Amino acid sequence: MHQEEAKLNLYSKMFLIRSFEKRLFDLFKKGKLFGTTHGCIGQEAVAVSVVSTLPKDTIYFSNHRCHGHFLAYSDRPDLLLAELMGKKGGVCAGRGGSQHLCYKDFFTNGVQGGIVPVATGIALAEKLKKSGRTVCVFIGDGTLGQGVVYESMNMASLWSLPILFVLENNQYAMSTFVRNAVAGSITARAEAFGIRSWDIVTSDVFAMCQTVQKACDYIAEEPRPGFLAFETYRFCGHSKSDECHYRTAAEVQTWAEKDAFEILQTSIKDKGKRELIEQQCLNRLEEVVREVEAMPFADV
Amino acid sequence: MYISEAINKVLFELLTTNPEVYLMGEDIESPYGGAFKITKNLSEQFKSRVINTPISESSLVGVASGMAMRGLRPVLEIMFGDFMTLGMDQLVNHASKFHYMYNGQVDVPMFIRTPMGGRRGYGPTHSQTLEKLLLGIPGIKVLALSQRHSFHDIYIHAVTKEKCPVILIENKALYSMRQELPENGRSGDFFITESAGPYPCLTLSLNNFVSADATVVTYGGMLPLVEKAATQLCLDEEIFVEIVVPSLLGVPLDINWVEASLRRTGRLVIVEEGTQSFGFGSEVAALACSKYFKLLKYPVIRIAAADSPIPCARHLENLVLPNEANIYQELKWGILNDS
Ligand SMILES: Cc1ncc(C[n+]2csc(CCOP(=O)(O)OP(=O)(O)O)c2C)c(N)n1
Ligand SMILES: [Mg+2]
Repeated sequence: MHQEEAKLNLYSKMFLIRSFEKRLFDLFKKGKLFGTTHGCIGQEAVAVSVVSTLPKDTIYFSNHRCHGHFLAYSDRPDLLLAELMGKKGGVCAGRGGSQHLCYKDFFTNGVQGGIVPVATGIALAEKLKKSGRTVCVFIGDGTLGQGVVYESMNMASLWSLPILFVLENNQYAMSTFVRNAVAGSITARAEAFGIRSWDIVTSDVFAMCQTVQKACDYIAEEPRPGFLAFETYRFCGHSKSDECHYRTAAEVQTWAEKDAFEILQTSIKDKGKRELIEQQCLNRLEEVVREVEAMPFADV
Repeated sequence: MYISEAINKVLFELLTTNPEVYLMGEDIESPYGGAFKITKNLSEQFKSRVINTPISESSLVGVASGMAMRGLRPVLEIMFGDFMTLGMDQLVNHASKFHYMYNGQVDVPMFIRTPMGGRRGYGPTHSQTLEKLLLGIPGIKVLALSQRHSFHDIYIHAVTKEKCPVILIENKALYSMRQELPENGRSGDFFITESAGPYPCLTLSLNNFVSADATVVTYGGMLPLVEKAATQLCLDEEIFVEIVVPSLLGVPLDINWVEASLRRTGRLVIVEEGTQSFGFGSEVAALACSKYFKLLKYPVIRIAAADSPIPCARHLENLVLPNEANIYQELKWGILNDS
């Protein structure tokens, strides 16, 4: 694909995610949503680089902050919004809600850590079935506090499983700064199990894709587990009601200057084309909101 | 055939006939064959399908769930039932939830087998009967078998036909006992009726269900002890009891298997090896009181372990766990004092 075209393609995915998440906060304010949501504004590049680089038949397990991963995987904001609104047409007919999604080979659960062994078991099954498929599991920096993550890494390495652990270090677990909860080096933890790891410290989504591709080739060839540690930041609150009193405006500003979304946005040469994509996406979202609001509520 | 052998044989049969079956657990491969030798010699024939694991119970329950979600039929051995506690997050917040919260899009046909129970002097952390921690979890099935249940048939059904996680509690004391299956309505000194379905409830009587003074509900490894106490009561006092032995214990619990016997006896006794409070017996008693209140002529009698940790020394352990002698005494005086 031509570089500019590739940019627009990645940008449209990231734009959909950011707009969707913003729209949710909006819908909450209007009282149209029930429960909570964990926005991924600022982390779109992780979702998009991973999901658009890994093979199409990859099996995903994600966590509470899963909307970006889901949209990158499915491109179905309608199914997600319907789920959040408790509509019959939601991915889990209202039973799961924001953090318990299931769509094709994409699963999420909102219990920190517990998804890692399940994803490991899926990878073991795929290996035993000789399907050649890869599994990808997303965790946050705070989730590095859970023992099952290490039990699973140990087994994934012992049994040479085709699994990619994707760590999104967004610097915080709720209000807890990463350095107050995670000791030592993050990638050294994976390396200690003999799991090859890559630090991804960049705001360039193409550079992210390249590293994901490296990890992906390595996993598929060997097969062996791999570990990606993304440095990222969430600009929104942890969840719907978080006002982020635990961080300073100056800190947020520093990260805003590194926002992969904005950097990609300003790098696009054809402003007209970009704005057209944005408008189409916003129109689509408005249509989705209308359509989903009109859907019947889910049965028990 | 000893029960340990019966389980070993059915596992062999499952591995032979069903390529989706994998055995996982700590030290289950040959030559060790598991802490209780149940998987003896299986890894020789099925090298890649009998898998030794690290000591990671919390994750193993999750790994088995993941395998089950992808169409395999994992059979996970948790070496001691006491360590089921480590897998609780996986059971409560993952395996038991997936089918429901994903609106039926996935099944988790994982089978966990684990030995529980005391009388071996293993002390407070290796002797417990903890199924009460599992019985109230919607979305899983919890089984406990006695020596008169067919380990073969129940294993085959649970491992190959179920779509949800199944946990089988195997009482350690049963491993060295023989399978005694009912034949033509008889087994040992007992007349036996068996309910229909994959997980039968047995009802035992020494006098062909003519009449009896109590309906004693028990399960798993307690059956041999209750049978001995019942036989002794009949010989010493001509007191007859019927023994009702369900094999499927958890939610949703329907105790209709107790009705026919209660109609004959009017007295409910519940005997279990776990601590008395907040367990299976509490639930059965509560259900019986609401569903069969009019059939009950006497107060419900509970016989269970003291609400205490299980001490290691033999004489101390014997004071905490229900045994043949105190089951006998409590049945006898409970019936004689209240007739
Ligand atoms: C086992 C468990 N403990 C606590 C929580 C509550 N909780 C939800 S998100 C979260 C923080 C997670 O932080 P991190 O792993 O860094 O992911 P992030 O939210 O930053 O994406 C916590 C503590 C939970 N969901 N699960
Ligand atoms: Mg975080």
